[in-house]
Amino acid sequence: MALLLPRLREPSVIPGFGLALGFTVAALSLIVLIPLSALVLRAASIGPIGFWAIASDPRTLAALRLSFGAAFIAAAINTVFGLLLSWVLVRYRFPGRRFIDAAVDLPFALPTAVAGIAMAAVYAPNGWIGSIADKLGFKIAFTPVGVVLALVFIGLPFVVRTVQPVLEEVEREIEEVSALLGASRLRTVFKVVLPQIYPALLTGATLAFARGIGEYGSVIFIAGNIPMVSEIAPLLIVIKLEEFDYQGATVIALLMLVISFALLMVINLFQAWSRRRLGDV
Amino acid sequence: MSDIEISEVFRKRDVASEGRVARIALISLAAIFLLGFLFLPLIVVIVEGFRHGPAEFLEALADPDAVAAIKLTLLVAAIAVPFNAVVGVAAAWAIAKFNFRGKNLLLTLIDLPFSVSPVISGLVYVLLFGAQSWLGPWLKANHLEIIFAVPGIILATIFVTFPFVARELIPLMQSQGTSEEEASLTLGASGWYTFFNVTLPNIKWALLYGVLLCNARAMGEFGAVSVVSGHIRGLTNTMPLHIEILYNEFNFAAAFAVATLLAGLALLTLILKSALEWHYADSLAAAQQH
Repeated sequence: MALLLPRLREPSVIPGFGLALGFTVAALSLIVLIPLSALVLRAASIGPIGFWAIASDPRTLAALRLSFGAAFIAAAINTVFGLLLSWVLVRYRFPGRRFIDAAVDLPFALPTAVAGIAMAAVYAPNGWIGSIADKLGFKIAFTPVGVVLALVFIGLPFVVRTVQPVLEEVEREIEEVSALLGASRLRTVFKVVLPQIYPALLTGATLAFARGIGEYGSVIFIAGNIPMVSEIAPLLIVIKLEEFDYQGATVIALLMLVISFALLMVINLFQAWSRRRLGDV
Repeated sequence: MSDIEISEVFRKRDVASEGRVARIALISLAAIFLLGFLFLPLIVVIVEGFRHGPAEFLEALADPDAVAAIKLTLLVAAIAVPFNAVVGVAAAWAIAKFNFRGKNLLLTLIDLPFSVSPVISGLVYVLLFGAQSWLGPWLKANHLEIIFAVPGIILATIFVTFPFVARELIPLMQSQGTSEEEASLTLGASGWYTFFNVTLPNIKWALLYGVLLCNARAMGEFGAVSVVSGHIRGLTNTMPLHIEILYNEFNFAAAFAVATLLAGLALLTLILKSALEWHYADSLAAAQQH
Protein backbone atom coordinates (compact mmCIF):
# COMPACT_ATOMS: atom_id res chain seq x y z
CA MET A 1 0.00 0.00 0.00
CA ALA A 2 2.71 2.42 1.02
CA LEU A 3 4.54 1.65 -2.21
CA LEU A 4 1.57 2.70 -4.28
CA LEU A 5 1.50 6.17 -2.82
CA PRO A 6 3.73 8.74 -4.54
CA ARG A 7 6.84 9.24 -2.44
CA LEU A 8 6.85 12.58 -0.68
CA ARG A 9 10.50 12.24 0.26
CA GLU A 10 13.45 10.09 -0.60
CA PRO A 11 14.24 7.44 2.01
CA SER A 12 17.05 8.29 4.44
CA VAL A 13 18.57 6.81 7.59
CA ILE A 14 18.66 10.22 9.23
CA PRO A 15 15.91 10.70 11.81
CA GLY A 16 13.91 13.75 12.76
CA PHE A 17 12.39 14.65 9.40
CA GLY A 18 8.83 14.73 10.71
CA LEU A 19 9.76 16.71 13.81
CA ALA A 20 11.96 19.27 12.02
CA LEU A 21 9.60 19.79 9.08
CA GLY A 22 6.51 19.81 11.30
CA PHE A 23 7.97 22.41 13.63
CA THR A 24 9.19 24.56 10.73
CA VAL A 25 5.87 24.47 8.90
CA ALA A 26 3.91 25.14 12.11
CA ALA A 27 6.06 28.16 13.01
CA LEU A 28 6.01 29.45 9.44
CA SER A 29 2.22 29.15 9.28
CA LEU A 30 1.54 30.78 12.63
CA ILE A 31 4.04 33.62 12.28
CA VAL A 32 4.05 34.38 8.55
CA LEU A 33 1.44 32.62 6.43
CA ILE A 34 -1.75 32.97 8.51
CA PRO A 35 -1.16 36.68 9.30
CA LEU A 36 -0.39 37.40 5.63
CA SER A 37 -3.53 35.58 4.50
CA ALA A 38 -5.49 37.69 7.00
CA LEU A 39 -4.38 40.68 4.93
CA VAL A 40 -5.57 39.09 1.68
CA LEU A 41 -8.92 37.99 3.19
CA ARG A 42 -9.47 41.39 4.68
CA ALA A 43 -8.81 43.05 1.32
CA ALA A 44 -11.14 40.59 -0.40
CA SER A 45 -13.95 41.49 2.01
CA ILE A 46 -13.79 45.15 0.98
CA GLY A 47 -15.28 44.51 -2.47
CA PRO A 48 -14.13 45.78 -5.85
CA ILE A 49 -15.80 49.21 -5.69
CA GLY A 50 -14.35 50.15 -2.31
CA PHE A 51 -11.01 48.68 -3.31
CA TRP A 52 -10.89 50.73 -6.51
CA ALA A 53 -11.90 53.91 -4.69
CA ILE A 54 -8.90 53.62 -2.34
CA ALA A 55 -6.52 52.34 -5.02
CA SER A 56 -7.29 55.17 -7.44
CA ASP A 57 -7.09 57.91 -4.79
CA PRO A 58 -4.47 60.44 -6.01
CA ARG A 59 -2.73 60.37 -2.62
CA THR A 60 -2.39 56.57 -2.77
CA LEU A 61 -1.06 56.72 -6.32
CA ALA A 62 1.43 59.47 -5.46
CA ALA A 63 2.73 57.48 -2.47
CA LEU A 64 3.08 54.28 -4.50
CA ARG A 65 4.78 56.15 -7.35
CA LEU A 66 7.26 57.70 -4.91
CA SER A 67 8.05 54.42 -3.11
CA PHE A 68 8.60 52.44 -6.31
CA GLY A 69 10.27 55.29 -8.22
CA ALA A 70 12.69 56.26 -5.44
CA ALA A 71 13.52 52.59 -4.79
CA PHE A 72 14.25 52.14 -8.51
CA ILE A 73 16.53 55.20 -8.74
CA ALA A 74 18.31 54.22 -5.52
CA ALA A 75 18.85 50.68 -6.85
CA ALA A 76 20.30 52.13 -10.07
CA ILE A 77 22.72 54.34 -8.10
CA ASN A 78 23.65 51.38 -5.90
CA THR A 79 24.35 49.27 -8.97
CA VAL A 80 27.08 51.72 -10.02
CA PHE A 81 28.62 52.32 -6.59
CA GLY A 82 28.10 48.74 -5.44
CA LEU A 83 30.00 47.51 -8.48
CA LEU A 84 32.76 50.06 -7.85
CA LEU A 85 33.10 48.99 -4.20
CA SER A 86 33.06 45.27 -5.02
CA TRP A 87 35.69 45.82 -7.70
CA VAL A 88 37.98 47.77 -5.38
CA LEU A 89 37.53 45.26 -2.54
CA VAL A 90 38.11 42.17 -4.69
CA ARG A 91 40.80 43.34 -7.11
CA TYR A 92 43.02 45.72 -5.13
CA ARG A 93 45.11 45.33 -2.00
CA PHE A 94 45.49 48.55 -0.03
CA PRO A 95 45.72 49.59 3.62
CA GLY A 96 42.30 49.67 5.27
CA ARG A 97 40.73 47.22 2.83
CA ARG A 98 39.49 44.87 5.55
CA PHE A 99 38.09 47.82 7.46
CA ILE A 100 36.15 49.05 4.44
CA ASP A 101 35.00 45.49 3.74
CA ALA A 102 33.55 45.23 7.24
CA ALA A 103 32.07 48.75 7.12
CA VAL A 104 30.00 47.99 4.01
CA ASP A 105 27.59 46.07 6.27
CA LEU A 106 26.95 49.11 8.47
CA PRO A 107 23.49 49.78 6.95
CA PHE A 108 22.55 46.15 7.75
CA ALA A 109 23.59 46.53 11.36
CA LEU A 110 22.49 50.09 12.09
CA PRO A 111 18.86 50.25 13.26
CA THR A 112 16.77 52.09 10.66
CA ALA A 113 15.48 54.68 13.13
CA VAL A 114 19.07 55.61 14.01
CA ALA A 115 20.00 55.82 10.33
CA GLY A 116 16.88 57.92 9.81
CA ILE A 117 17.59 60.63 12.38
CA ALA A 118 21.26 60.63 11.38
CA MET A 119 20.43 61.17 7.70
CA ALA A 120 18.02 63.94 8.71
CA ALA A 121 20.76 65.57 10.80
CA VAL A 122 23.21 65.42 7.89
CA TYR A 123 20.89 66.58 5.11
CA ALA A 124 18.40 68.89 6.86
CA PRO A 125 18.71 72.58 5.82
CA ASN A 126 20.69 73.26 9.02
CA GLY A 127 22.64 69.97 8.84
CA TRP A 128 26.26 69.31 7.92
CA ILE A 129 25.71 68.76 4.20
CA GLY A 130 22.19 70.15 4.02
CA SER A 131 23.38 73.66 4.93
CA ILE A 132 25.94 73.62 2.11
CA ALA A 133 23.28 72.42 -0.35
CA ASP A 134 20.93 75.09 0.98
CA LYS A 135 23.46 77.84 0.19
CA LEU A 136 23.86 76.44 -3.30
CA GLY A 137 20.11 76.73 -3.68
CA PHE A 138 18.75 73.19 -3.57
CA LYS A 139 17.02 71.16 -0.91
CA ILE A 140 17.71 67.54 -0.06
CA ALA A 141 15.67 66.84 3.06
CA PHE A 142 11.87 66.99 2.82
CA THR A 143 12.01 66.26 -0.94
CA PRO A 144 12.04 63.02 -2.99
CA VAL A 145 15.84 63.49 -3.25
CA GLY A 146 16.07 62.84 0.50
CA VAL A 147 14.02 59.67 0.08
CA VAL A 148 16.40 58.43 -2.63
CA LEU A 149 19.46 59.20 -0.48
CA ALA A 150 18.07 57.23 2.46
CA LEU A 151 17.32 54.28 0.16
CA VAL A 152 20.83 54.38 -1.35
CA PHE A 153 22.22 54.10 2.19
CA ILE A 154 19.96 51.15 3.02
CA GLY A 155 20.49 49.26 -0.25
CA LEU A 156 24.25 49.49 -0.79
CA PRO A 157 25.28 46.29 1.07
CA PHE A 158 22.83 44.18 -0.95
CA VAL A 159 24.67 44.92 -4.22
CA VAL A 160 28.18 44.62 -2.78
CA ARG A 161 27.51 41.36 -0.93
CA THR A 162 25.90 39.77 -4.00
CA VAL A 163 28.52 40.87 -6.55
CA GLN A 164 31.65 40.37 -4.40
CA PRO A 165 31.69 36.53 -4.22
CA VAL A 166 30.93 36.21 -7.96
CA LEU A 167 33.67 38.67 -8.89
CA GLU A 168 36.11 36.66 -6.78
CA GLU A 169 35.34 33.56 -8.88
CA VAL A 170 36.07 35.25 -12.22
CA GLU A 171 39.10 33.59 -13.83
CA ARG A 172 41.99 36.02 -14.34
CA GLU A 173 43.47 33.91 -17.16
CA ILE A 174 40.65 34.96 -19.50
CA GLU A 175 41.57 38.61 -18.95
CA GLU A 176 45.22 37.85 -19.74
CA VAL A 177 44.14 36.12 -22.94
CA SER A 178 41.99 39.11 -23.87
CA ALA A 179 44.89 41.50 -23.22
CA LEU A 180 47.35 39.36 -25.16
CA LEU A 181 44.96 39.24 -28.09
CA GLY A 182 45.20 43.01 -28.19
CA ALA A 183 42.13 44.25 -26.38
CA SER A 184 42.52 47.43 -24.37
CA ARG A 185 41.97 47.21 -20.62
CA LEU A 186 38.62 49.02 -20.82
CA ARG A 187 37.45 46.70 -23.57
CA THR A 188 38.53 43.66 -21.55
CA VAL A 189 36.67 44.90 -18.48
CA PHE A 190 33.45 45.73 -20.31
CA LYS A 191 33.43 42.84 -22.81
CA VAL A 192 35.04 40.03 -20.81
CA VAL A 193 34.74 40.61 -17.06
CA LEU A 194 31.51 42.50 -16.54
CA PRO A 195 29.29 40.19 -18.63
CA GLN A 196 30.20 37.41 -16.19
CA ILE A 197 28.85 39.35 -13.23
CA TYR A 198 25.76 40.95 -14.80
CA PRO A 199 23.40 38.29 -13.34
CA ALA A 200 24.79 38.87 -9.82
CA LEU A 201 24.61 42.63 -10.33
CA LEU A 202 20.96 42.37 -11.37
CA THR A 203 20.20 40.12 -8.38
CA GLY A 204 21.87 42.57 -6.00
CA ALA A 205 20.04 45.54 -7.53
CA THR A 206 16.75 43.62 -7.26
CA LEU A 207 17.35 42.92 -3.56
CA ALA A 208 18.15 46.58 -2.94
CA PHE A 209 15.06 47.60 -4.93
CA ALA A 210 12.80 45.22 -2.97
CA ARG A 211 14.17 46.47 0.33
CA GLY A 212 13.76 50.09 -0.77
CA ILE A 213 10.08 49.73 -1.71
CA GLY A 214 9.10 48.77 1.82
CA GLU A 215 11.66 50.81 3.76
CA TYR A 216 10.18 52.97 6.50
CA GLY A 217 12.42 53.88 9.44
CA SER A 218 15.35 55.41 7.60
CA VAL A 219 13.10 57.41 5.25
CA ILE A 220 10.42 59.07 7.37
CA PHE A 221 12.72 61.45 9.25
CA ILE A 222 14.43 62.87 6.17
CA ALA A 223 11.37 62.80 3.88
CA GLY A 224 9.34 65.42 5.72
CA ASN A 225 6.26 63.42 4.73
CA ILE A 226 4.45 66.05 2.68
CA PRO A 227 1.35 64.41 1.13
CA MET A 228 1.63 64.03 -2.67
CA VAL A 229 5.30 65.13 -2.58
CA SER A 230 7.46 63.15 -0.17
CA GLU A 231 5.02 60.72 1.47
CA ILE A 232 6.06 57.08 0.93
CA ALA A 233 3.54 54.22 0.74
CA PRO A 234 4.52 52.53 4.04
CA LEU A 235 4.02 55.87 5.81
CA LEU A 236 0.59 56.27 4.22
CA ILE A 237 -0.32 52.84 5.64
CA VAL A 238 0.73 54.02 9.11
CA ILE A 239 -1.28 57.24 8.71
CA LYS A 240 -4.38 55.29 7.61
CA LEU A 241 -3.99 53.03 10.66
CA GLU A 242 -3.70 56.02 13.00
CA GLU A 243 -6.96 57.32 11.48
CA PHE A 244 -8.48 53.85 12.12
CA ASP A 245 -8.98 53.52 8.36
CA TYR A 246 -8.16 49.80 8.32
CA GLN A 247 -9.60 49.31 4.83
CA GLY A 248 -7.36 52.01 3.40
CA ALA A 249 -4.28 50.53 5.09
CA THR A 250 -5.19 47.03 3.87
CA VAL A 251 -5.70 48.07 0.24
CA ILE A 252 -2.42 50.03 0.04
CA ALA A 253 -0.53 47.16 1.70
CA LEU A 254 -1.98 44.61 -0.72
CA LEU A 255 -1.19 46.84 -3.71
CA MET A 256 2.41 47.18 -2.52
CA LEU A 257 2.78 43.42 -2.08
CA VAL A 258 1.18 42.55 -5.42
CA ILE A 259 3.16 45.12 -7.42
CA SER A 260 6.48 44.20 -5.81
CA PHE A 261 5.92 40.44 -6.23
CA ALA A 262 4.93 40.98 -9.87
CA LEU A 263 8.07 43.06 -10.49
CA LEU A 264 10.30 40.51 -8.72
CA MET A 265 8.76 37.74 -10.85
CA VAL A 266 9.40 39.68 -14.07
CA ILE A 267 13.03 40.27 -13.04
CA ASN A 268 13.47 36.57 -12.18
CA LEU A 269 11.99 35.52 -15.52
CA PHE A 270 14.30 37.96 -17.31
CA GLN A 271 17.25 36.46 -15.40
CA ALA A 272 16.24 32.92 -16.40
CA TRP A 273 15.70 34.01 -20.02
CA SER A 274 19.06 35.77 -20.32
CA ARG A 275 20.83 32.82 -18.67
CA ARG A 276 19.33 30.49 -21.26
CA ARG A 277 20.23 32.85 -24.09
CA LEU A 278 23.81 33.50 -23.00
CA GLY A 279 24.46 30.04 -21.66
CA ASP A 280 25.08 29.41 -17.99
CA VAL A 281 27.35 32.22 -16.84
CA MET B 1 63.13 34.25 -24.83
CA SER B 2 63.13 31.55 -22.20
CA ASP B 3 60.19 30.87 -19.93
CA ILE B 4 61.75 32.75 -17.05
CA GLU B 5 62.18 35.91 -19.09
CA ILE B 6 58.55 35.83 -20.23
CA SER B 7 57.29 35.52 -16.69
CA GLU B 8 59.46 38.46 -15.67
CA VAL B 9 57.92 40.59 -18.38
CA PHE B 10 54.50 39.78 -16.92
CA ARG B 11 55.61 40.55 -13.42
CA LYS B 12 56.60 44.07 -14.42
CA ARG B 13 53.22 44.92 -15.80
CA ASP B 14 50.19 42.78 -14.93
CA VAL B 15 48.14 42.81 -18.13
CA ALA B 16 45.08 41.63 -16.27
CA SER B 17 44.76 44.72 -14.13
CA GLU B 18 44.42 48.46 -14.36
CA GLY B 19 47.25 50.97 -14.38
CA ARG B 20 48.48 52.56 -11.17
CA VAL B 21 46.64 55.85 -11.72
CA ALA B 22 43.34 54.12 -12.46
CA ARG B 23 43.69 51.97 -9.35
CA ILE B 24 44.34 54.91 -7.06
CA ALA B 25 41.47 56.87 -8.63
CA LEU B 26 38.99 53.99 -8.15
CA ILE B 27 40.11 53.32 -4.57
CA SER B 28 39.84 57.04 -3.72
CA LEU B 29 36.38 57.28 -5.29
CA ALA B 30 35.19 54.26 -3.27
CA ALA B 31 36.72 55.66 -0.07
CA ILE B 32 35.15 59.10 -0.56
CA PHE B 33 31.75 57.54 -1.26
CA LEU B 34 31.96 55.40 1.87
CA LEU B 35 33.23 58.23 4.04
CA GLY B 36 30.65 60.76 2.89
CA PHE B 37 27.80 58.38 2.70
CA LEU B 38 28.14 55.51 5.18
CA PHE B 39 30.32 56.97 7.90
CA LEU B 40 28.98 60.51 8.04
CA PRO B 41 25.57 59.51 9.50
CA LEU B 42 27.32 57.34 12.10
CA ILE B 43 29.70 60.13 13.06
CA VAL B 44 26.79 62.57 13.32
CA VAL B 45 24.95 60.26 15.74
CA ILE B 46 27.94 59.97 18.05
CA VAL B 47 28.81 63.70 17.88
CA GLU B 48 25.21 64.76 18.54
CA GLY B 49 24.85 62.14 21.29
CA PHE B 50 27.79 63.55 23.23
CA ARG B 51 27.36 67.19 22.21
CA HIS B 52 26.25 68.27 25.69
CA GLY B 53 28.84 66.20 27.49
CA PRO B 54 28.80 62.75 29.07
CA ALA B 55 26.66 63.87 32.04
CA GLU B 56 23.70 64.78 29.86
CA PHE B 57 24.27 61.63 27.82
CA LEU B 58 23.98 59.44 30.91
CA GLU B 59 21.03 61.46 32.17
CA ALA B 60 19.12 60.76 28.95
CA LEU B 61 19.77 57.05 29.36
CA ALA B 62 18.82 57.03 33.05
CA ASP B 63 15.42 58.56 32.31
CA PRO B 64 12.74 56.07 33.52
CA ASP B 65 11.12 55.91 30.05
CA ALA B 66 14.51 55.23 28.45
CA VAL B 67 15.26 52.50 31.01
CA ALA B 68 11.86 50.91 30.34
CA ALA B 69 12.54 51.06 26.58
CA ILE B 70 15.95 49.42 27.00
CA LYS B 71 14.45 46.67 29.16
CA LEU B 72 11.64 46.02 26.69
CA THR B 73 14.09 45.85 23.77
CA LEU B 74 16.20 43.30 25.64
CA LEU B 75 13.10 41.26 26.58
CA VAL B 76 11.82 41.19 22.99
CA ALA B 77 15.22 40.11 21.65
CA ALA B 78 15.55 37.50 24.42
CA ILE B 79 12.36 35.81 23.18
CA ALA B 80 12.46 36.43 19.43
CA VAL B 81 16.11 35.47 18.81
CA PRO B 82 16.10 32.03 20.55
CA PHE B 83 12.76 31.22 18.91
CA ASN B 84 14.10 32.02 15.45
CA ALA B 85 17.34 30.16 16.20
CA VAL B 86 15.39 26.97 16.99
CA VAL B 87 13.16 27.38 13.92
CA GLY B 88 16.23 28.11 11.80
CA VAL B 89 17.98 24.91 12.94
CA ALA B 90 14.81 22.85 12.42
CA ALA B 91 14.24 24.32 8.95
CA ALA B 92 17.87 23.77 7.96
CA TRP B 93 17.77 20.17 9.25
CA ALA B 94 14.66 19.36 7.19
CA ILE B 95 15.81 21.19 4.06
CA ALA B 96 19.52 20.32 4.03
CA LYS B 97 19.43 16.70 5.22
CA PHE B 98 16.41 15.42 3.28
CA ASN B 99 14.99 15.50 -0.22
CA PHE B 100 11.27 16.02 -0.32
CA ARG B 101 8.57 17.52 -2.49
CA GLY B 102 7.86 21.18 -2.01
CA LYS B 103 11.38 21.96 -0.76
CA ASN B 104 11.82 24.97 -3.04
CA LEU B 105 8.40 26.30 -2.08
CA LEU B 106 9.35 26.01 1.60
CA LEU B 107 12.62 27.88 0.92
CA THR B 108 10.74 30.67 -0.84
CA LEU B 109 8.19 30.95 1.97
CA ILE B 110 10.92 31.13 4.65
CA ASP B 111 12.46 34.07 2.76
CA LEU B 112 9.09 35.79 2.38
CA PRO B 113 9.47 38.20 5.35
CA PHE B 114 12.51 39.73 3.59
CA SER B 115 10.35 41.01 0.75
CA VAL B 116 7.49 42.30 2.91
CA SER B 117 7.65 45.89 4.12
CA PRO B 118 8.16 46.07 7.91
CA VAL B 119 5.06 48.24 8.13
CA ILE B 120 3.01 45.51 6.44
CA SER B 121 4.55 42.94 8.81
CA GLY B 122 3.05 44.92 11.68
CA LEU B 123 -0.21 45.61 9.86
CA VAL B 124 -1.01 41.90 9.35
CA TYR B 125 -1.00 41.38 13.14
CA VAL B 126 -3.23 44.40 13.66
CA LEU B 127 -5.67 42.93 11.13
CA LEU B 128 -5.49 39.52 12.83
CA PHE B 129 -5.61 40.50 16.51
CA GLY B 130 -6.70 44.17 16.59
CA ALA B 131 -9.93 45.43 18.16
CA GLN B 132 -11.72 45.50 14.76
CA SER B 133 -10.56 41.99 13.72
CA TRP B 134 -12.58 38.78 13.79
CA LEU B 135 -10.59 37.64 16.81
CA GLY B 136 -10.78 41.08 18.46
CA PRO B 137 -14.04 40.67 20.46
CA TRP B 138 -13.03 37.21 21.69
CA LEU B 139 -9.60 38.43 22.79
CA LYS B 140 -11.21 41.34 24.59
CA ALA B 141 -13.71 39.08 26.37
CA ASN B 142 -10.82 36.95 27.63
CA HIS B 143 -8.68 39.96 28.55
CA LEU B 144 -5.92 38.95 26.17
CA GLU B 145 -3.97 41.94 24.90
CA ILE B 146 -1.81 41.39 21.85
CA ILE B 147 -1.96 44.60 19.84
CA PHE B 148 -0.69 47.74 21.60
CA ALA B 149 0.96 45.35 24.07
CA VAL B 150 4.18 43.37 24.43
CA PRO B 151 2.98 40.10 22.75
CA GLY B 152 2.29 42.00 19.51
CA ILE B 153 5.76 43.55 19.58
CA ILE B 154 7.32 40.12 20.06
CA LEU B 155 5.24 38.57 17.24
CA ALA B 156 6.09 41.38 14.81
CA THR B 157 9.79 41.09 15.70
CA ILE B 158 9.74 37.32 15.13
CA PHE B 159 8.08 37.87 11.74
CA VAL B 160 10.68 40.37 10.58
CA THR B 161 13.68 38.31 11.77
CA PHE B 162 12.24 34.91 10.78
CA PRO B 163 14.66 34.07 7.90
CA PHE B 164 17.97 35.24 9.42
CA VAL B 165 19.24 32.05 11.10
CA ALA B 166 17.75 29.66 8.53
CA ARG B 167 19.40 31.58 5.67
CA GLU B 168 22.87 31.20 7.22
CA LEU B 169 22.46 27.52 8.09
CA ILE B 170 20.74 26.06 5.01
CA PRO B 171 23.55 26.59 2.43
CA LEU B 172 26.23 25.49 4.90
CA MET B 173 24.40 22.31 5.96
CA GLN B 174 23.61 21.52 2.33
CA SER B 175 27.29 21.71 1.45
CA GLN B 176 28.20 19.51 4.45
CA GLY B 177 25.91 16.70 3.31
CA THR B 178 24.80 13.80 5.50
CA SER B 179 27.78 11.41 5.59
CA GLU B 180 28.99 12.35 9.09
CA GLU B 181 25.52 11.95 10.57
CA GLU B 182 25.10 8.62 8.75
CA ALA B 183 28.40 7.37 10.18
CA SER B 184 27.37 8.39 13.69
CA LEU B 185 23.97 6.71 13.35
CA THR B 186 25.37 3.46 11.93
CA LEU B 187 27.80 3.32 14.86
CA GLY B 188 24.76 3.25 17.14
CA ALA B 189 24.37 6.84 18.30
CA SER B 190 20.84 8.14 18.79
CA GLY B 191 19.38 10.93 16.68
CA TRP B 192 19.65 13.60 19.37
CA TYR B 193 23.17 12.45 20.34
CA THR B 194 24.18 12.73 16.69
CA PHE B 195 22.67 16.20 16.42
CA PHE B 196 24.39 17.59 19.51
CA ASN B 197 27.76 15.89 19.03
CA VAL B 198 28.16 15.72 15.24
CA THR B 199 25.95 18.32 13.55
CA LEU B 200 26.01 21.14 16.08
CA PRO B 201 29.82 21.39 16.30
CA ASN B 202 29.88 21.62 12.49
CA ILE B 203 27.44 24.49 12.34
CA LYS B 204 28.09 26.36 15.58
CA TRP B 205 29.91 29.34 14.05
CA ALA B 206 27.36 29.79 11.29
CA LEU B 207 24.61 29.52 13.92
CA LEU B 208 26.29 32.20 16.00
CA TYR B 209 26.65 34.35 12.89
CA GLY B 210 22.94 34.02 12.12
CA VAL B 211 22.00 34.73 15.74
CA LEU B 212 24.17 37.85 15.69
CA LEU B 213 22.46 39.27 12.60
CA CYS B 214 19.04 38.22 13.89
CA ASN B 215 19.71 39.96 17.21
CA ALA B 216 20.87 43.20 15.57
CA ARG B 217 17.67 43.37 13.53
CA ALA B 218 15.46 42.32 16.47
CA MET B 219 16.82 45.08 18.71
CA GLY B 220 16.73 47.68 15.96
CA GLU B 221 13.40 46.86 14.32
CA PHE B 222 11.29 49.97 13.92
CA GLY B 223 8.55 49.84 11.27
CA ALA B 224 6.82 46.60 12.25
CA VAL B 225 7.06 47.31 15.97
CA SER B 226 5.88 50.89 15.48
CA VAL B 227 2.58 49.69 13.97
CA VAL B 228 1.70 47.19 16.73
CA SER B 229 3.12 49.02 19.74
CA GLY B 230 0.68 51.88 20.29
CA HIS B 231 3.58 53.97 21.64
CA ILE B 232 2.65 53.79 25.31
CA ARG B 233 5.55 55.38 27.17
CA GLY B 234 7.21 53.17 29.71
CA LEU B 235 5.12 50.17 28.61
CA THR B 236 5.27 49.42 24.89
CA ASN B 237 8.13 51.59 23.70
CA THR B 238 11.24 49.85 22.47
CA MET B 239 14.48 51.79 22.04
CA PRO B 240 13.93 52.70 18.35
CA LEU B 241 10.40 53.89 19.15
CA HIS B 242 11.69 55.90 22.10
CA ILE B 243 14.15 57.61 19.74
CA GLU B 244 11.29 58.56 17.41
CA ILE B 245 9.22 60.06 20.24
CA LEU B 246 12.13 62.09 21.60
CA TYR B 247 13.00 63.29 18.11
CA ASN B 248 9.44 64.35 17.35
CA GLU B 249 9.38 66.26 20.65
CA PHE B 250 12.50 68.13 19.46
CA ASN B 251 14.44 66.61 22.35
CA PHE B 252 17.34 65.97 19.99
CA ALA B 253 20.03 65.58 22.66
CA ALA B 254 18.18 62.69 24.34
CA ALA B 255 17.17 61.16 20.98
CA PHE B 256 20.78 61.07 19.84
CA ALA B 257 21.95 59.74 23.21
CA VAL B 258 19.66 56.71 22.91
CA ALA B 259 20.62 56.44 19.22
CA THR B 260 24.30 56.34 20.22
CA LEU B 261 23.56 53.30 22.37
CA LEU B 262 21.96 51.52 19.40
CA ALA B 263 24.80 52.65 17.12
CA GLY B 264 27.18 51.07 19.65
CA LEU B 265 25.22 47.84 19.35
CA ALA B 266 25.56 48.04 15.55
CA LEU B 267 29.33 48.58 15.78
CA LEU B 268 29.68 45.69 18.22
CA THR B 269 27.68 43.50 15.83
CA LEU B 270 29.96 44.48 12.93
CA ILE B 271 33.12 43.79 14.94
CA LEU B 272 31.92 40.36 16.11
CA LYS B 273 30.69 39.54 12.61
CA SER B 274 34.04 40.46 11.05
CA ALA B 275 35.90 38.50 13.73
CA LEU B 276 33.79 35.43 12.92
CA GLU B 277 34.38 35.92 9.20
CA TRP B 278 38.15 36.22 9.60
CA HIS B 279 38.70 33.39 12.07
CA TYR B 280 36.13 30.88 10.92
CA ALA B 281 35.92 31.65 7.20
CA ASP B 282 35.91 27.94 6.35
CA SER B 283 33.06 27.05 8.68
CA LEU B 284 31.01 29.92 7.28
CA ALA B 285 32.10 29.50 3.66
CA ALA B 286 28.88 28.15 2.20
CA ALA B 287 26.84 30.70 4.06
CA GLN B 288 28.71 33.61 2.48
CA GLN B 289 27.22 33.09 -0.94
CA HIS B 290 24.27 35.42 -0.53
